[in-house]
Amino acid sequence: MRKIFERIIETILTMSGAVTTIVILLIVIFLFKEGFGLFRSSDIEKGYSLCIHADNSAERLTPEQIKQIFDYEVENWEVLGGSDEEIVPFRFDEIFSRYSDEELGEDYEFMPDKLGEVIRETPGIIAFIPTQYLPANRMGVNVLPETTITPADFFGGKEWIPTATPAHQFGVLPLIMGTLWVSLFAILIALPLGLGVAVYLSELAGEKMRNLLKPAIELLAGIPSVVYGFFGLVVLVPLIQKGMNLPVGETGFAGSLVLAIMALPTIITVAEDAMQNTPRAMREASLALGANQWQTIYRVIIPYAASGISAAVVLGIGRAVGETMAVLMVTGNAAVIPHTLFEPVRTIPATIAAELGEAPAGGTHYQALFLLGCILFIITLIINISAEMISSKKQTV
Amino acid sequence: MKRVILAVAILVTSLAGVQAQKIKGSDTVLPLSQKEAENYMKAHSSQAITVTGGGSGVGLSALIEGTTDIAQSSRKIKFDEKQKIQESGKTVKEVIIAYDALAVIINPANKVTKLTREQLEGIFTGKITNWKEVGGEDVKIIPYSRETSSGTYEFFKEHVLKNKNYKSGIMSMPATGAIVQSVSQTKGAIGYVGLAYLNKEVKAIHVSNDKGKNYVAPSVATAKDGTYPIVRPLYYYYVTKSEKLVRPFIDYVLSPAGQKTVAEVGFIAL
Repeated sequence: MRKIFERIIETILTMSGAVTTIVILLIVIFLFKEGFGLFRSSDIEKGYSLCIHADNSAERLTPEQIKQIFDYEVENWEVLGGSDEEIVPFRFDEIFSRYSDEELGEDYEFMPDKLGEVIRETPGIIAFIPTQYLPANRMGVNVLPETTITPADFFGGKEWIPTATPAHQFGVLPLIMGTLWVSLFAILIALPLGLGVAVYLSELAGEKMRNLLKPAIELLAGIPSVVYGFFGLVVLVPLIQKGMNLPVGETGFAGSLVLAIMALPTIITVAEDAMQNTPRAMREASLALGANQWQTIYRVIIPYAASGISAAVVLGIGRAVGETMAVLMVTGNAAVIPHTLFEPVRTIPATIAAELGEAPAGGTHYQALFLLGCILFIITLIINISAEMISSKKQTV
Repeated sequence: MKRVILAVAILVTSLAGVQAQKIKGSDTVLPLSQKEAENYMKAHSSQAITVTGGGSGVGLSALIEGTTDIAQSSRKIKFDEKQKIQESGKTVKEVIIAYDALAVIINPANKVTKLTREQLEGIFTGKITNWKEVGGEDVKIIPYSRETSSGTYEFFKEHVLKNKNYKSGIMSMPATGAIVQSVSQTKGAIGYVGLAYLNKEVKAIHVSNDKGKNYVAPSVATAKDGTYPIVRPLYYYYVTKSEKLVRPFIDYVLSPAGQKTVAEVGFIAL
């Protein structure tokens, strides 16, 4: 009877382990499947086409070139390898100011003809029109072939303007840089502080002090991240701006500071636990050999706790890389490649949180955000693996 | 036992009697819809209305999928959204329920008081980068924008930037309140918010839409008489199929009592 009972418990435990693994795997597969769909999507808005005059020899335009054209930054076809002709960008809405509703017909049945007319009349035109209204009569009209978003556009692009029309700008470089930048400095601030506090708590503090400090630090971990963000926006941001005389206070530095404060409790608790676990015999042996307290800490306790400390670092970095709300509120979210820490930056988690709500499911913007999630996943995976390698190396030595 | 059955029966019939309708969409319109729904439900206890936000685009795509009865929106329905609704065999109806003026705000310490539409375009597309170019001190301009999901973002882009893109790397804030907060503590800042969000911490500038001949301050009065240029309508969208269900509520919003609420919430009555 008892044996059967144990058997059942055993099966349940195995099952729960298997289910968790499968769920995690499915999530990862889903993430990558949605994300990589982006490279099969057209680089201009879905359901629309770009048309040019038939005499125009331009062929492939990159999303960046299309954006520059419609922002009136590039004004001559010569720059793009065409003939010397002024570029006339034409958005679909403009048709309604050229023709009345009667001329276009009740169900817009004359729309294709009228659009064809406009394109034939204007040699330098580039028209952004719904594919369903493409002129039936292709005389004098050249439809630009549909091209897909390339990995080079995505990973090498420097501009993130996901709702730009006609061509969405999915340049992910500033976001990756922003995330790494903010997390790196957060960990640089938090690590020495955190380890210092951990050493103090574990080795130097008296019983009374420890009983007071430990719960206080653990309480810090329980504060919701929005509260940290709000604190950062109202207190830290003006302080940084005035203290350093910057034009703007919402900077990567503000983000790093808030993240450092948020990562501290994790680092302190995990590192302190690892140090506490040093066997009493090792400490006493060290002291008996004549080492003083500092030498014991430096030569015996920290090396012994190395794997626990590296776990603390990984958890801290993980918290910093993936943190959303606090960063969203204090970094200014400007998608530029940061050159100094005192500039606004935009991180990957903040981008996903701010934009996913409005991105139409299955659209290119949605896919691009999923791909951002994949990148985040890969970053944390790399951190985890390298930490694992470091700690296993330490143990074999 | 009999009593229990009776109670259940009463409950079921009363639930069936309640006409539930859902409103979803723009966060700008959200406070207005909530207030209107509250007042409406007070007067008509048999009616239940649930109001949720999410953004104008979210509301309209819910309307396309049929998961909401009314989509509230702070921008006009897009051409392809309209197409999608028509493809599914429905016809969409549009009702303007109120107007909202967008005020352009700067830090009170900034001496600039007026800007033309063209100057605003230059500032937000990144062509003008210093306040001295528009008659202020030698301070870098820091433009603040809303996130891309916002209807306000789209409206400002269409009407003030004439469809050009914001400068790359513009500061984008998750909420209107955050823009007010940031502008109030950053000297070179400029941002745009709904009229209802104006307070003493920030200064609204006068805007000209005729290349500098007339500058108009944003207020309910100037928005109403059409002299202030950055005014947008707020919409309700519904499909003709559900007209019977939603029309009484929309009529209430358009009635004098409903329009009084519009003014109370800080928007401009029709």
